[in-house]
Amino acid sequence: MEYLIGIQGPDFVLVAADNVAASSIIQMKHDYDKMFKLSEKILLLCVGEAGDTVQFAEYIQKNVQLYKMRNGYELSPAAAANFTRKNLADYLRSRTPYHVNLLLAGYDETDGPGLYYMDYLSALAKAPFAAHGYGAFLTLSILDRYYRPDLTREEAVDLLKKCLEELNKRFILNLPSFTVRLIDKDGIHDMEKLPVGRK
Amino acid sequence: MSGSAADCQYWERLLAKECRLYKLRNKQRISVSAASKLLSNMMLGYRGMGLSMGSMICGWDKQGPGLYYVDDNGTRLSGRMFSTGCGNSYAYGVVDSGYREDMTVEEAYELGRRGIAHATHRDAYSGGVVNLYHMQEDGWIKVCKEDVSELIHRYKKGMF
Repeated sequence: MEYLIGIQGPDFVLVAADNVAASSIIQMKHDYDKMFKLSEKILLLCVGEAGDTVQFAEYIQKNVQLYKMRNGYELSPAAAANFTRKNLADYLRSRTPYHVNLLLAGYDETDGPGLYYMDYLSALAKAPFAAHGYGAFLTLSILDRYYRPDLTREEAVDLLKKCLEELNKRFILNLPSFTVRLIDKDGIHDMEKLPVGRK
Repeated sequence: MSGSAADCQYWERLLAKECRLYKLRNKQRISVSAASKLLSNMMLGYRGMGLSMGSMICGWDKQGPGLYYVDDNGTRLSGRMFSTGCGNSYAYGVVDSGYREDMTVEEAYELGRRGIAHATHRDAYSGGVVNLYHMQEDGWIKVCKEDVSELIHRYKKGMF
């Protein structure tokens, strides 16, 4: 029911998440933000079981901040992703595993932009583009077809819009709006909530 | 509160204790956000152990009026309107369609009554009375306590 998508460009990462907080067949909120700011240039997008999502994401968020306070510098996106994966893996074979699917997007001074895909089994993969949820079945092929490593910001937004239009057209569930954010060397930028001007 | 009556009574009484302790320790009333987070963390401490509770924390603090939905999964949502329990879908239907931004207080009371009454009519597991409370800036007032069968009778009369 929930949908996450990330697209990495040469010097940015574009991410989007739907805004629905659902319980069974009811939309309890239409403006729910599924992105968690880990640091100035790292976002964690988190979906999955109710309660687990916020709990796990806030735990990672606070620990990333703690690292910065203790050591004076921030965790890189790659380090944060591996830290997250390790925590998820440690809980996986416990009595209370966290059922969450994540996208971690960040910009590193030395390595540039990075997008990391992680699932509830604690699999981690660095990818140029990624998506979570049933919507991914419809949109990953669109990303395969039209993605290029040298996308401009505008082209990436157009590619994102293509994906969201496909969801609007073919996905049985109504996902009326999406939060979109862009991360680059200057930090995290809020972009206009989509859809705007969509048919 | 909805779900298990025992869980609701126990955990909300425990929450009340924590909120009173907060006020004694910090010399100011706890915020709605913090109170709801306390309850949701209590729920998360018992995840997977079969608690059943769906509740709404409603109050006024420095940020103005606040409403949070908290349930046994540990879900905690801030919003302007929620309904909980097995009859919640019926209540959402009535309240969503009758809601207007410019409602008067009396109209809002009636909408709340309608939501509960119609939900209890359709849902086999809901019923009894509507206890209507109004949370104002300086505290809560009890507006009314009405039997749903009388309400439904009154509403149906208007239909025929």
